[in-house]
Amino acid sequence: MSDEPTSFAFDAEAEAAIAKIIPRYPEGKQASAVIPLLYQVQYQMGRQTGSAWVPRIAMDVVAERLGMAPIRVYEVASFYFMFNLKKMGRYHLQVCGTTPCWLRGSDEVLRACRDAGGLKGYGDSSADGLFTLSEVECMGACVNAPMLCIDEDYHEDLNYERTVALIEALKRGERPAPGSSIGRQTSAPEGGPIVLVEG
Amino acid sequence: MALSDKDRIFTNLYGTKPWNLAAARMRGDWDGTAGIIQKGRDWIVNEMKESGLRGRGGAGFPTGMKWSFMPKATDGRPCYLVVNADESEPGTCKDRDIIRHDPHKLIEGCLIAGSAMGASAGYIYIRGEYAYEAKILQAAIDEAYDAGLLGKNAAGSGYDYELYLHRGAGAYICGEETALIESLEGKKGMPRMKPPFPAAVGLYGCPTTVNNVETIAVAPTILRRGASWFAGFGRAKNSGTKIFCLQGHVNKPCNVEEEMSMPLRELIDRHAGGVRGGWDNLLAVIPGGSSTPMIPKSVCDDVLMDFDALREHKTGLGTAGVIVMDKSTDLIKAIQRLSAFYKHESCGQCTPCREGMGWVNRVMLRMVEGRAEIAEIDVLEQVTRQIEGHTICALADGGVWPVQGLIRHFRPLMEERIAAYKAAHTAMAAE
Repeated sequence: MSDEPTSFAFDAEAEAAIAKIIPRYPEGKQASAVIPLLYQVQYQMGRQTGSAWVPRIAMDVVAERLGMAPIRVYEVASFYFMFNLKKMGRYHLQVCGTTPCWLRGSDEVLRACRDAGGLKGYGDSSADGLFTLSEVECMGACVNAPMLCIDEDYHEDLNYERTVALIEALKRGERPAPGSSIGRQTSAPEGGPIVLVEG
Repeated sequence: MALSDKDRIFTNLYGTKPWNLAAARMRGDWDGTAGIIQKGRDWIVNEMKESGLRGRGGAGFPTGMKWSFMPKATDGRPCYLVVNADESEPGTCKDRDIIRHDPHKLIEGCLIAGSAMGASAGYIYIRGEYAYEAKILQAAIDEAYDAGLLGKNAAGSGYDYELYLHRGAGAYICGEETALIESLEGKKGMPRMKPPFPAAVGLYGCPTTVNNVETIAVAPTILRRGASWFAGFGRAKNSGTKIFCLQGHVNKPCNVEEEMSMPLRELIDRHAGGVRGGWDNLLAVIPGGSSTPMIPKSVCDDVLMDFDALREHKTGLGTAGVIVMDKSTDLIKAIQRLSAFYKHESCGQCTPCREGMGWVNRVMLRMVEGRAEIAEIDVLEQVTRQIEGHTICALADGGVWPVQGLIRHFRPLMEERIAAYKAAHTAMAAE
């Protein structure tokens, strides 16, 4: 693992978040904070290196902070899909491919990611280090399918062209606003709500 | 009868108005909360029973009864309410709208439900992918604390109650209540054997009730407007209003709160602009999220959308994620993709699930091609029966039901696919 850093310490921003996280759990139950702290690791890596992932040495830091055996942290980090255990591209392109999105054209979203992102397929990272492509399971945006999640932003109601446009915007250093790509009011039907229209 | 706006609970379902406390109060939230709590836990539990509310997370267990299982007297251990906001059942995106557009309904519900079960604290476990929703919910909880609606003497009720938000990190299995508890304790999300049930030994070994977001969020309105108001919607034992997620091959996919027991066809025609290409272009519907077996058009023509009506057709209301598939759909592929989902999400604890979900998916991949023997359809069906009911939790059951539904209603389609593959390959061999 040549990408593994040799040391890890939480920065001030992470420490501020941790100070709010730990008191949510009863005395002696600090292990509950393991997922929140692993998020802090991943966010901090994203801030500091442009690649949001969780290195092994940071898991050891989390274990020590929470009084857990390191193996307990490793198994949590590897059990949950949202923790990236290897170096990632700057932007994590996550295509939902589960049936509700597939029925609405998620294959086209995938094709757009491949074409515009210079990606071979799921699991690939682009040569320029900008993108990593993953298939994810149902993201809970089914009435706005198909969708692409970029890092933590949901982009919905996509097709091939609009997905390409999103990726081109990322290449220009822009951060496209999340939400429906066809201007729908969240989960309301296209054209606007037909209920809840009084007052 | 379609629901009128005045009887909708989630009046900001689409987020056309702000989510914040001031706007929530305008919508009627946090009105008379202290008075409700002061009527006492027996009154609240009884009202919930009278309302006929059944859990909105998929299983449909009567909510009032679930709350009544919590110990009446403390043995020194604290009690917890845990809210399941791990919404991950494919086809389901209703809790997301509650959290991002009406979070105060959920927060007020947590306080009231917590008081009704003697809980000193509540944890809301939200799926990790809902990062934006988690930010809003945390901000709404902070607002509630600042306004004295949570914490000591919450909302002036004399009841002390803490509420915390906890984010998961992407694991469907954590929607299973004991896996969720394990995850909240900082472990892998692997379901626990039951008994003991969470009401006896749950979070941190303490009495715990786990409820779905929608279940908790409707409680304050039910208690304000009265059990009989809520019970007045839908058929007996299927009462109330419900958020439906209408998606797939419909003209206008959307979420909508409707009366229970509305005919499926009316629901789709009225709210989702009808089936793409017209009703006669309908092939099948998965009525309640991915775990519920599909029903063919002939059933869809007149089936009612409630627990009991769907159960009569060997499927279920589940989470009310209505996945519509028109005649262009490769149904075998649609179900195989669900098999892939369950394989991906199996926690690996029980052998029938860990091995079975992978096996089912591999066979289904061949069924998509038709690269199988006709007799294998029976083998597939029998193996799903061997998996079903032989695991700690219901993930594997939910994983095999869609396959069973496919075989039950579309076996000829699978046979045709196999015959076509054979014909193509014998022809090739003969050339």
